[in-house]
Amino acid sequence: MAPPDPWLDLTAAAWGEIPGRPLRFYLHVPYCTHRCDYCDFTTYTPDDPRGRGQAQWLPGVRTELALAARVLPAALAGPVHSIFIGGGTPTLLAPETLGVAIADIADRWGLMADCEITVEANPETITPSLAAGLLAAGVTRVSVGMQSAVPAVLGALGRRHRPSTMVTAIECLRRAGLQRLSVDLIYGADGESLAQWQVSVQAALDLGVGHISAYGLIVEPGTALAARVARGVTRPPDDEDLAIKYELADAAFEAAGLRWYEIANWARPGEQCAHNSGYWRADTWWGVGPGAHSHLGGVRWWNRTNPHAWQVGLADVRGDRREARWPVAGWELLSAEQRALEQAMCTVRLRRPWPVLGNGRLRAALVAEGLVVPVGVHHASLTRRGRLLADHVVHRTLDAAGECWMTPASAS
Amino acid sequence: MGVPGRTPPSLLRNFSIIAHIDHGKSTLADRMLGLTGAVDERTMRDQYLDRMDIERERGITIKSQAVRLSWACQGTTYTLNLIDTPGHVDFTYEVSRSLAACEGAVLLVDAAQGIEAQTLANLYLAVQNDLVIVPVLNKIDLPAAQPERYAAELAHIIGCDAEEVLRVSAKTGAGVGDLLNAVVARVPPPAGDPDAPTRAMIFDSVYDTYRGVVTYVRVVDGRLAARDRIRMMSTGAQHELLDIGVIAPEPTSCSALGVGEVGYLMTGVKDVRQSRVGDTVTIAGQPAQVSLAGFQDPKPMVFAGLYPMDGSDYPLLREALDRLQLNDAALVYEPETSAALGFGFRCGFLGLLHLEIVQERLEREFGLTLISTAPNVVYRVVMLDGTEVVVTNPSEFPVGKYTTVSEPAVRVTVLAPSEYIGAVMELCQARRGSLLGMDYLSAERVEMRYRLPLAEIVYDFFDALKSRTRGYASLDYEFDGVIEADLVKVDILLNGEPVDAFSAIVHRDRAYGYGVDMTSRLRTLIPRQQFEVPIQAAIGSRVIARETIRAMRKDVLAKCYGGDITRKRKLLERQREGKRRMKMVGRVEVPQEAFVAALGGGEEVVARRS
Ligand SMILES: Nc1nc2c(ncn2[C@@H]2O[C@H](COP(=O)(O)OP(=O)(O)O)[C@@H](O)[C@H]2O)c(=O)[nH]1
Ligand SMILES: C[S@@+](CC[C@H](N)C(=O)[O-])C[C@H]1O[C@@H](n2cnc3c(N)ncnc32)[C@H](O)[C@@H]1O
Ligand code: SF4
Ligand SMILES: [Mg+2]
Repeated sequence: MAPPDPWLDLTAAAWGEIPGRPLRFYLHVPYCTHRCDYCDFTTYTPDDPRGRGQAQWLPGVRTELALAARVLPAALAGPVHSIFIGGGTPTLLAPETLGVAIADIADRWGLMADCEITVEANPETITPSLAAGLLAAGVTRVSVGMQSAVPAVLGALGRRHRPSTMVTAIECLRRAGLQRLSVDLIYGADGESLAQWQVSVQAALDLGVGHISAYGLIVEPGTALAARVARGVTRPPDDEDLAIKYELADAAFEAAGLRWYEIANWARPGEQCAHNSGYWRADTWWGVGPGAHSHLGGVRWWNRTNPHAWQVGLADVRGDRREARWPVAGWELLSAEQRALEQAMCTVRLRRPWPVLGNGRLRAALVAEGLVVPVGVHHASLTRRGRLLADHVVHRTLDAAGECWMTPASAS
Repeated sequence: MGVPGRTPPSLLRNFSIIAHIDHGKSTLADRMLGLTGAVDERTMRDQYLDRMDIERERGITIKSQAVRLSWACQGTTYTLNLIDTPGHVDFTYEVSRSLAACEGAVLLVDAAQGIEAQTLANLYLAVQNDLVIVPVLNKIDLPAAQPERYAAELAHIIGCDAEEVLRVSAKTGAGVGDLLNAVVARVPPPAGDPDAPTRAMIFDSVYDTYRGVVTYVRVVDGRLAARDRIRMMSTGAQHELLDIGVIAPEPTSCSALGVGEVGYLMTGVKDVRQSRVGDTVTIAGQPAQVSLAGFQDPKPMVFAGLYPMDGSDYPLLREALDRLQLNDAALVYEPETSAALGFGFRCGFLGLLHLEIVQERLEREFGLTLISTAPNVVYRVVMLDGTEVVVTNPSEFPVGKYTTVSEPAVRVTVLAPSEYIGAVMELCQARRGSLLGMDYLSAERVEMRYRLPLAEIVYDFFDALKSRTRGYASLDYEFDGVIEADLVKVDILLNGEPVDAFSAIVHRDRAYGYGVDMTSRLRTLIPRQQFEVPIQAAIGSRVIARETIRAMRKDVLAKCYGGDITRKRKLLERQREGKRRMKMVGRVEVPQEAFVAALGGGEEVVARRS
């Protein structure tokens, strides 16, 4: 059987369009000390054999970077626009380890002068020495998983840090000299009152960070949360409640000078996350590590999630491409329709005005329904109400563009 | 066996088997086919005469069949024609035509169940046709059989001695030979005038893809011979006889059919409506003057709209109905458009079973997936100016300006253990019934006769009856004129737009109940929209019930990292696929499943999208 090789599927046309795009790297660290109830990310805890191979992470990453260097066309020689080290809990690894990986990327492709290098960090892992280590490793931005500032809500989410930990963590990072900071919030946990959410929103603002992400809680299949919901002991998030909490947060963030730039992201001017913005613009990025996703000119692929399987796949890469078992678990070559759908889906979520295709009547209708504000002659941007119903707006724009979507048969 | 066309009537016996469903009619017919050697063991299969797949699966007989058997009794060989009848009231007219082709009827009763409502209904029909009744208890092999008790019950009803009630097991074959001997002894031979102008009665007519219409006849007077030119007395249409023969039990050509004989005719005609049950066949050259009694056009009593789930299947549905009609003179249909369901057909059926069978055949034989509107009866509305409007679709019900509305009525016979009298009465009264009479068949069993609006039994009457009597009651009905009633049309409005498929004509006292039920059902079946959607039930402009589907407040708040893009795209693709199958009512998107569930009793729970 032919190995899964997404890159063989790249058409000449796809290769042709890549050079204009910024190149980005995502590094996935699949380890946590404990799994939060809602989380379905690729991550392993120490009680799982797959969670005990942390020492193998760096060698694997370096092998995969070597593979990327071979596969990526010469036209994509760099320099790199951004690196994002996510998890899992990247800060479970020594900052020096992350530093080696960053240096490897820098050596192979070079870094832009203003290259954004983000690390995700769990508050309880942040110490002065860690913060200093991150800075030394070249990290420019830290995203901290705050989730809530209310002990009861943190408990309901299965988080193990205390609200005060967050304050200390941010202080540590600042003192070390890390200035670009972001926090993640989750709202809609069972039992979270509006007042409690208000407390979390205010606490996040009081931290004085320049960037906040706020996500409505999703009950992901297979999680402890999903099991509790299925058993009826936990209530699933309620749409009405989520909508009200979104509006509340948006009003508070905007009033504090953090403006929305994507449905779930707010930032002071200049503080937007360049890396995530690249996802929404279909930039080229290579995701390194177990379970990481990549995108290259209309081909998406994703790595094996089991760290051992990923390692074994990588070990083969040295051989002939056609013979190797790749670290890749599946991939898909997007059709023109799928690319258009993804583009609509991503750009509609952005504040930056997007062109409303189809006819002028659609824009007028969306404006009349309070879903968008018109910008210029052809463009529009979502209103607050429109942001809550963004999928609907996506469907409307696709309907108007006269597209007919069929379920694609994607390779895997 | 006697040669067709040359068998003296004295050696002929024409009979049918009548029974309540599942009492063993088809099984007994199988035994008779085996015992008389008509079918050898190798080719025998269960329910040999029930030819349609759907009959086999449901174990019911829809189209009658006739089979010629040979039976030696006391040194003489007789020719027996076993005429199978459809057992269901929807096909009453066909049952009575089949019976009219016989001189005798085997009244078959399950020895573990006793007499049931259809036993009685069929018995009355047989008696009306002057048939000799041969009472038989079946399934005597069952441990639960109570032959003594039910022999007495049967004897009491038909007015004979309990000793005259035969006992058989259609399963083992025990007693079946004696039964055939009794048929020879008790059923009179046919009487008819061999020299009179030919008259033969059509008692069945089926369309065969290869041979065209096959018409089953019983010759009453004269004879029919190969290559005769025949004439249908109701229409005057003339046809060449291409083939004539008997079913033994495979079609076997012969040269002629004489007085009392039963056989088939083929003329190459393609449409059963040219050769209708009840009509009289005569010879064109020497026609009879008076036709045999009883030609009736089958009258559809129940109507429903049938719509293809996939609108592009409309031409296929038309073709399928055309094809089914070749085989089913009772099926009527005409194109209809529904704002909600698109293009479809308003179809008329003899009754509910007929509707169900037609729908099932359309789906099974033509691969269609259909949405059926709730069945309704025919209403006659007398307008202020005296004109009469016939309404077969609730959305055509005139608003105001009428004096009376009448609806078809039925005479219902319910048989139940006497302890359930109260429960049955309560049910019939709640369904606007009036008691016509009540008789005890025995100390424990009672027959109750009610007159009810047909509309009241169209939906769930039988289920309600069964559940109130723990399954012990049986039911039969016959059409019984029309009754005037205080009927109103209830419309269901979605966001102010009436949904024609949900309009119903109901008794004024029931309008509120229907409105509340329908609006609350739809509230759970229709997903939230971007705006608030009121669901109202209204009589004219007066709203009688209201529910609200709250506006969808959010559909997206999730994170959208690199790995989420594929997932999210697939979700949107599935949604787009789902939207293609939505029907639009004004601005409201209604999933097809909501129509199916709301219209079809609602076993299907359609998950509510949040
Ligand atoms: N034990 C037993 N079962 C029988 C007998 N006759 C019929 N059955 C069963 O009763 C059911 C109904 O029989 P069927 O011939 O289809 O009844 P119909 O609806 O009157 O044609 C079938 O399951 C038969 O196998 C019998 O004499 N003894
Ligand atoms: C990659 S995760 C993990 C980052 C880090 N390990 C942490 O938990 O702080 C990034 C963010 O996604 C969000 N997230 C993860 N699972 C979620 C879910 N089921 N519903 C909503 N947000 C979720 C959380 O806000 C989390 O901080
Ligand atoms: S710490 Fe973050 S990655 Fe780890 S389990 Fe919790 S949410 Fe998931
Ligand atoms: Mg049968």
